[in-house]
Formats: sequence, C-alpha cells, structure tokens
Amino acid sequence: MIALAVFTGAALAVSLIADRRKTRAGLLFGARMFLKILPALVLMVAAVGMILSALHPRFLESLFGGSGVLPFLVGLAVGAVALIPGFIAFPMAGLLRTHGISIAVLAAFVTSLLMVGVVTLPLESRFFGKKAALWRNGLSLIAAAIVALAMSLVLK
Amino acid sequence: MKGERSEIRFKAFLPWILGGSVLLLWIASRIWPSFSFGERAGRASFGMIREMTGILPVMFILVGLFEVWVPRRSIERFLGRKAGWKAVPWLILLATFQAGPLYGAFPVALGLARKGCSARNVFIYLGAFSTLKIPLLTFEIGFLGLPFSLARVLISLPAFLLVAMVVDRLVPGWTPPEFESSNGGSAVSRKAHRDNGSSS
Repeated sequence: MIALAVFTGAALAVSLIADRRKTRAGLLFGARMFLKILPALVLMVAAVGMILSALHPRFLESLFGGSGVLPFLVGLAVGAVALIPGFIAFPMAGLLRTHGISIAVLAAFVTSLLMVGVVTLPLESRFFGKKAALWRNGLSLIAAAIVALAMSLVLK
Repeated sequence: MKGERSEIRFKAFLPWILGGSVLLLWIASRIWPSFSFGERAGRASFGMIREMTGILPVMFILVGLFEVWVPRRSIERFLGRKAGWKAVPWLILLATFQAGPLYGAFPVALGLARKGCSARNVFIYLGAFSTLKIPLLTFEIGFLGLPFSLARVLISLPAFLLVAMVVDRLVPGWTPPEFESSNGGSAVSRKAHRDNGSSS
C-alpha cells in the first residue's frame, strides 16, 4: 500500500511537470467519481460498523461449531455479509481452527468473505451497474460454496 | 408517481440516516458504558473510515491520472475483447500486486473499462483481486498454513474465471456507468436514460 502511495505521488509529480491542465482534469475526474460514490461509501461504513459489532470471535465460534451442513451454510452467509480486512480475518480464522472448527466451515467462511460482498453491493452497483453487481455476487457465492467443498475434500 | 418519488428520496437519505444512527449509538455508549454494542459499532466504523482515508485518495488520484494519460488504444489492445485469453495473465499480474480491500479495486476496474477493457476482463480482474492478492496470501499462509492457501488459490482460479464469463454472458453489452455528467444530472434520471437505451 505504501509502495502504491509512493508510486502515485511520483506519477502525480511527473504529470504536473508534463502537463498542468491535463493533471487538473484528471484530478477533477477522480474527485467527481469520489463524490458520486460518497453516499454508497457512508452506507458501507455504517453497515460494517453494525455488523462487525455483532460478530464476536466467541459468537462466531458458537455459530460455526457443530457438524452437518448448517455450520457450512452459516460460514458462507457470515463470510458474504461481513467485510473484514484480511489482517483481522485470517488470525480470527486461525483461532477458530485451534478451537476445533472444521476446515470445510473455515474454507466456506474465508472464500465467501473474499469473493462476495453484500455490504459493498450498493457501492459495486454504483460502479458497475446493479445487474452486473448482483450477478457477480450471486455467482461468486455459489462459486465460494463449490470452492470450499472442493477444499475440504482436498485437505482431508 | 408520488410513491415512487418518495421511495427515491428515502433511498438517497438512507446512507446518511444509517451513518447518523451509528454515531448516535456510539454517543449513547459513551453515556451508558454498559451499552457496548454502540461502542463497538462506532469503533469499527471509525476503523473503516481510517482504512479508507489511507486507500481511496491514492486510488482516485491514480484513476484520474490514468483517465487523462493512458491512451485508449493500448488498454483496448491488451485487455479488450480482441485480446482474448492472452489478457488473463496480465489481469492476474495486475491484481496480485495490489493491496487493500476489494472496494479499492472498483475505481481501478472502472478506469480500465472506460479505456476499452472488456466486460469479461473487468470481472476477471475483480475476481483475481479478491482472491489472489499477495499481501493477503502471506497472511493466510501464516495463520492457516500453506496447504489451505494453496488449495484455495488453485481451486478459486477457475472458479472466478467462470464467474466472470457467466456474468459477461448474463449482462450483454455491458458498459461502465458514466461519471462525468457535470451539469447536475441526477443519478435517477441518468439511470432512466440508460434503461431506455438498453430496452430499445
């Protein structure tokens, strides 16, 4: 991320030297794009706050525990709804594994967490249109279920 | 007609209502310390805002510069419809060397699309970004082990390629939404315009 920021800074400097007006137009374009999606961003922040607040590691453990299909489906659903950054999600998943949560459920949780974003759906719709966003997330959810099943077979 | 209008109003205000209520919940938890839900919600939202202020300005500056400097022809040639499957390694390479949450990739994907990157390739990029980022993999290997990570990557790869192909089929003639109408044309009227355009 820092590398990207440095790169962007350098690119901005070069751009400013090369063509002031063009740079201005580019920055205005970026700013306009940001303003257009601001409401969707606020919605996302608020939803993440409430959902993360409801999801304790202890609570997740009680959700994901047990056997059968239900914990697997719950793992998929929680992963789809939650928006947890990787540096929190993976330690959490590691912890859950040491507490005896099965690989299948963890795989379901992790894959749907990565591929599906219900909370970011309004934002994604803003960028790519509602139809494409809905299809991408719906199909990704199915894909996450298949990937997780295959993983649990491979990692037996 | 009137009902439709008020629904649109409500939708426009919903983010601010929800955002405000998180703030209120947080304030309430300051007053009544036993109400920890509000405290946690406020903290999570604040963390999220902090994360976004670190990422989004960079992304939008980058996308703005990309928009004015990168010639459409080059992106079209490498990532357009005619590029075929040769585009896939480029897309994956581009996606894996990035960091941050998926919503940071949305503006980049849109920037690519505006320069002629095909719909399928836009969704391949999003899929690769969501599953194969290298910073993410290092974390995953550390906490869940190499076999878990390797299995997930190898099985996810065909999965997101397939998802991208199917989305491309299901939303024919996909084009990126416009962002530059500067004369205050509301999102609603533009959407109506687009819907008309696609139905005719």
